[in-house]
Amino acid sequence: MTDLSQSPAGAAPRKHGGSLLEKTPHTRKRNAAETRFKAYGIAAITAGLIMLLVLVTTIVGKGTGAFQQTFVTLNVELLEAKLDKKGNRNIEDIKKVTTFGYAPIIKGAMEAAVAELGIETSLKSKELAGILSKDVAAQLRDFVIANPDQIGQTVEFRFLASSRVDGYLKGRVTRDSIVNDKNISAEQLDLVDALAAAGVLEKTFNLDFITGADASDARPEAAGIGVSMLGSLFMMLVVLALALPIGVAASIYLEEFAPQNWLTDMIEVNISNLAAVPSIVFGILGLAVFINYMHLPTSAPLVGGLVLTLMTLPTIIISTRASLKSVPPSIRDAALGVGASKMQAVFHHVLPLAAPGILTGTIIGLAQALGETAPLLLIGMVGFIASNAPETLADGLLAPNSAMPAQIYEWAKRADPAFYERAWGGIIILLIFLVTMNTLAVILRRRFERRW
Amino acid sequence: MPTFWLVALLLALSAAGFYGGRRRALATAAGNVKELHSLPSYYGYHVAMAAFVPAIAALAVWLLAQPMFIETRVSGMIPAEAVPESSTLGLVMSDVRRVAEGLDLAVEQGLLTAREARNAVAGEQDLRALMGEVGVALGSNVRPEVLEAAQAYRNLSNTGRTAMTVVVALLALGGFAWAYSRTHKDFRARNVVERAVLGLLILAASLAILTTIGIVLSMLFETRNFFGLHSWTDFFFGSTWAPNFRGGSELSILPLLWGTLYISFIALLVAVPVGLFAAIYLSEYASGAVRAFAKPLLEILAGIPTIVYGLFALLTVGPALADLFGKGGLLGVEWMAGATSVLTAGLVMGVMLIPFVSSLSDDIINAVPQALRDGSLGLGATKSETVRQVVMPAALPGIVGAVLLAASRAIGETMIVVMGAGAIAKFSANPLESMTTITTRIVSQLTGDTDFASPETLVAFALGLTLFVLTLGLNVLALYIVRKYREQYE
Repeated sequence: MTDLSQSPAGAAPRKHGGSLLEKTPHTRKRNAAETRFKAYGIAAITAGLIMLLVLVTTIVGKGTGAFQQTFVTLNVELLEAKLDKKGNRNIEDIKKVTTFGYAPIIKGAMEAAVAELGIETSLKSKELAGILSKDVAAQLRDFVIANPDQIGQTVEFRFLASSRVDGYLKGRVTRDSIVNDKNISAEQLDLVDALAAAGVLEKTFNLDFITGADASDARPEAAGIGVSMLGSLFMMLVVLALALPIGVAASIYLEEFAPQNWLTDMIEVNISNLAAVPSIVFGILGLAVFINYMHLPTSAPLVGGLVLTLMTLPTIIISTRASLKSVPPSIRDAALGVGASKMQAVFHHVLPLAAPGILTGTIIGLAQALGETAPLLLIGMVGFIASNAPETLADGLLAPNSAMPAQIYEWAKRADPAFYERAWGGIIILLIFLVTMNTLAVILRRRFERRW
Repeated sequence: MPTFWLVALLLALSAAGFYGGRRRALATAAGNVKELHSLPSYYGYHVAMAAFVPAIAALAVWLLAQPMFIETRVSGMIPAEAVPESSTLGLVMSDVRRVAEGLDLAVEQGLLTAREARNAVAGEQDLRALMGEVGVALGSNVRPEVLEAAQAYRNLSNTGRTAMTVVVALLALGGFAWAYSRTHKDFRARNVVERAVLGLLILAASLAILTTIGIVLSMLFETRNFFGLHSWTDFFFGSTWAPNFRGGSELSILPLLWGTLYISFIALLVAVPVGLFAAIYLSEYASGAVRAFAKPLLEILAGIPTIVYGLFALLTVGPALADLFGKGGLLGVEWMAGATSVLTAGLVMGVMLIPFVSSLSDDIINAVPQALRDGSLGLGATKSETVRQVVMPAALPGIVGAVLLAASRAIGETMIVVMGAGAIAKFSANPLESMTTITTRIVSQLTGDTDFASPETLVAFALGLTLFVLTLGLNVLALYIVRKYREQYE
């Protein structure tokens, strides 16, 4: 104190010398540190955004291929001598012809097409048919069984090309990469080029990818995500039917009625802990309780839905409580004031006002559940080829099925790179669903949000 | 689906109850609503709930308890010598269940009459072929004691199902009659209904506790079985993870824990600096427009499902790293054997955690009062000095909490490590080697054909319990730090 008052007024600032406007080395250092610090921040944000950009471009770049597929248009003569030797169109006799029996017909059709277009090739008929998918024989057989009256006639078909041919047209397979590939040769690619030039072979939109079922390892070109999409849909129905009412009931109790006691504390602690439990632990719970103990069917969407319900409940409870809390107390007071009971005040006034917020939270919870994979692995929704779409509600809930994320995982595990394209394509579809749901949630919030 | 019809019946009964109760209440008041104690619909709800709630609760409890009861009864019937050398009681029981299911299916499809199924004798008919025909695959021929147990199983389940239907129907009708008879104009229906609704609300809220108990118990039981079959010292203190389905496995958690922590560490190394600086920039420097643009975009990263990150690790980041460090790569070194490695999984997981760290830190930094910043700036500090020396110390407990929460996420993350980290359990400090984690092993031990009597399967439950305790511990620690060291600003 005394030192300060005694020191001469202008002596200390002279240490750095010069005016305030002139930057001393110390100031410059501090300013440089400031600029650096700010640059770190910008770099961090940019890094995050670049990651997002890389992720999105990778997904779009690699996945759009799955929505296109190479098809070969062929005129097939359904020879009576091969398909219906007795000639009496008895459906049982026709069914006896296995897919092997259709191979000569397909080879013949390919030969005829090549001859008609005047393409010079040294390939044998078996190699000619090799550019078609292994799925073709089954497709042809299904057609013949459905339309036995067409036997003996020539019908135009659109056949899937094999995944190698498809990859060649999409640039995934090149002439260099097939040197050691037993499934396709350079001569076959020459033929593909010639057929493509003639317009017999072309790449078009592939609806089957969106609506179809998964296919076995040897036929990546036939695999689709449709059936597992239905599996996901049924799971989401279970989650919606259980998580919404239970979540809302729990939130109402905790927010409006719960007294301050140990039970309430216990519930609160449990809910916040469950929100942080790793999803795989819910899978273990599902396996131990629903499948081992209750003997519910493995791979069933019902079990998946139950597990995801338990996982989504904390999310829904937390958002529902927030929206109940945002309804002002004056609403409750007014209702109580005109003689409503507490229960009536909550159910008739508070709940409807909180409904948009609850809906938004539920949609976000559902979106989270839709993308979850880990628990589904443990209850057996992977490694299973769901070939038929479920027909009834009970079938949809109880028959084994897959789910979109589980299907994507299944494709990613397979050896043939053609499945990777399917996996990325599946992710595009999954993300379209998620983006739609989240946008819907945002719109709902904007549209109905009330500021009290 | 008898359960389905039973539920439909209950719903129909309660709908009838609603109208019946309402009608009766109005009738006792001679049609004058003002005479009633409660609004007419409350009398309806009263009867409907009395018919529905106890019955459906009984149904649920019955469905839960019956399998356990039958299981213990039937497994008590199987003599110890009937269990083959290489098998266990659990395996025999699953055979029993399959045979019982197969017989039921055969009756349903008309291959057997109910009497034939009841009197089926092992050896006389080819039961295995019959089962195959209805789609139930059996490993071997049906042995007599298994068949006997299966018949007992069928009997008990049939009796159980009939008893369940009777009990549930009686409860529903009884509840209906009791509530209906109590319905009178002076009856305080609203109070009763509201108390019942409150009970239901409490029940829904308690489900959170039930779930936790379910998680802990399900894992605890199987873990106990595991430690009965395998020494706990090897699990906690061994050094090798080498499951062998022919027995004699070495199942130690330590190499898995090492892999888990190493990957999580790399993920945090990516996520914490990026996330923290992003949060600081967004809350202290960014203009409103930048904030409104960058914050939601960053948060998209958090909304992307983990399967997408897993695929990204497996098919993009892994091969890219292999191109860089692998054989014939750009750097000309041969450090990486395949695409899966600790670094692959760690980097991708780090990206996933960026928004997690940034949005939590953003909230915490924003909670630091403006007066602290103004004071610091007023003393002549630059903005970065204010952030480093005033805002950060004030926000530190919250940020440590956020990092711990991110760590708990990283430890429990499954899909990224399943697809990106590899499957080899080892202690190694090289981030370019593939290693495995706790979650990866849980998935691999529990998928495919699992036998719940072998330590190789049961170890997954012990791993799950460890994981649960670990993540729970981190969360509790995070909460504790935040509560204990939080500065209270008025």
